[in-house]
Amino acid sequence: MPESPVGNDIEIKNISKAFGEFAALKDVSLNVKRGERVVVCGPSGSGKSTLIRCINGLESHEEGSITVDGILLNHKTKSLEQIRSRVGMVFQQFNLFPHLTVLENITLGPIRSKKVTQEQANVRAMGYLERVKIPEQAYKYPRQLSGGQQQRVAIARSLCMEPKILLFDEPTSALDPEMISEVLEVMIELAETGMTMICVTHEMGFARRVADKMVFMDQGRIVEMAPPTKFFDSPDTDRCKTFLKQILHH
Amino acid sequence: MKKLSVLLFLTLFLSGCSDNWGWYVVNPYNKSGWVNLKFLISGYYFTLLLSFTSILISVAVGLLVALPGLSKNPWLRKFNRVYVEIVRSVPILVLILWVYYGLPPMTGLEINVFWAGVVALALSDSAFQAEIFRAGIQSIDKGQYEASHSISLNYRDTMRFVILPQAIRRILPALGNQLVYMLKMSSLVSVIGMQELTRKANELVVTEYRPLEIYTILVLEYLALILVVSAGVRWLERRLKSDERV
Repeated sequence: MPESPVGNDIEIKNISKAFGEFAALKDVSLNVKRGERVVVCGPSGSGKSTLIRCINGLESHEEGSITVDGILLNHKTKSLEQIRSRVGMVFQQFNLFPHLTVLENITLGPIRSKKVTQEQANVRAMGYLERVKIPEQAYKYPRQLSGGQQQRVAIARSLCMEPKILLFDEPTSALDPEMISEVLEVMIELAETGMTMICVTHEMGFARRVADKMVFMDQGRIVEMAPPTKFFDSPDTDRCKTFLKQILHH
Repeated sequence: MKKLSVLLFLTLFLSGCSDNWGWYVVNPYNKSGWVNLKFLISGYYFTLLLSFTSILISVAVGLLVALPGLSKNPWLRKFNRVYVEIVRSVPILVLILWVYYGLPPMTGLEINVFWAGVVALALSDSAFQAEIFRAGIQSIDKGQYEASHSISLNYRDTMRFVILPQAIRRILPALGNQLVYMLKMSSLVSVIGMQELTRKANELVVTEYRPLEIYTILVLEYLALILVVSAGVRWLERRLKSDERV
């Protein structure tokens, strides 16, 4: 396997993936440079979530190759572990641990897999809770928080692992409308720090503001890939035009 | 406590209606009655020791059998199924007899009554524990595994810190049931001579010829024991739940 050229954090080459009869990804290729912010959108079932779940090995791809930070992702435990420690993920359903406090949720990863001491982890976690603006919630349980607060805890939990790349899988889709902006705000600030980010989202205002590259997927393929200005103002394909029209109409 | 006092009252009330009762055998106010009563109550020691030792072992074995049942490897899953099906289909009494009389000549091991009882009870219960753990672990949302994966936890840490703490809270009522069941099933170990509650009662009946009174005491002994244990399990459930409550 040739070394990944410097500057590319993620290289996806011709990957395919099927769930039984259903082809979720068909021959998808995507490169993401260091510090680049990519927003992936498309109708439901288009494969966008599957694509980013392949990047940290939550789903296995069948053909093609994925290289993350120079490490080839295969089904060996070692490469999976190396990639996981570099890639954080924020889920649509938050997936916080309900039996642990906010602080314990955030420190569990660093303490167990990065061998950080309890005190160091606590200090670090409080720092990230400040960044997502909820340090006062540290000793509460997830279910005592609002959806927006829970998602911000989930972001802090990912950040505390100090990943190079952060994946967002529809982070605002499960939120009440008035809580979406507080999560987007945190994500915008994060984008400004130069973190490599791939976001699956339909928040087009957010996309316009932070994205370096827009990716539009349909039926398991990347149909359109362009910088946001071109993407929103003059997309090449009709499929993308219809989609944008529908989504921006509301 | 209310149930117990009603039952006690009923027993005493009914005993007044019949000429056949002879409570003197267990009357604490005369000397031989007091000795007999102490003899019966001393059976608690082995009933408790036997049941709690067995349940500890069966929970551990049950978990070890449940985990392969959740594996992606079909051979590990098959091992789980075969273990559960075989162990579950042998009656406890048969298992007790087999472990005590069959195992030593077969393996050359010396096994005393206590450990034969523990092995049989734990073995029998472990199949049920395995099924309880499997159901509990399967009830945990897939997202919990994915989140653990995304913060780089390995399989052991995921189970230990994320999945099992949640699964155990959910299966606690079922585990409590198994404990009550175990306390009752321990009476079967009396057939190989274990000096627990039932065996003591049997021995006293043989010398005193008063089965009615002695077995009534035996019923009350189990009743008291199980009411106390159930209350303990409920208290534990409440305590663990309050951790999560809003």
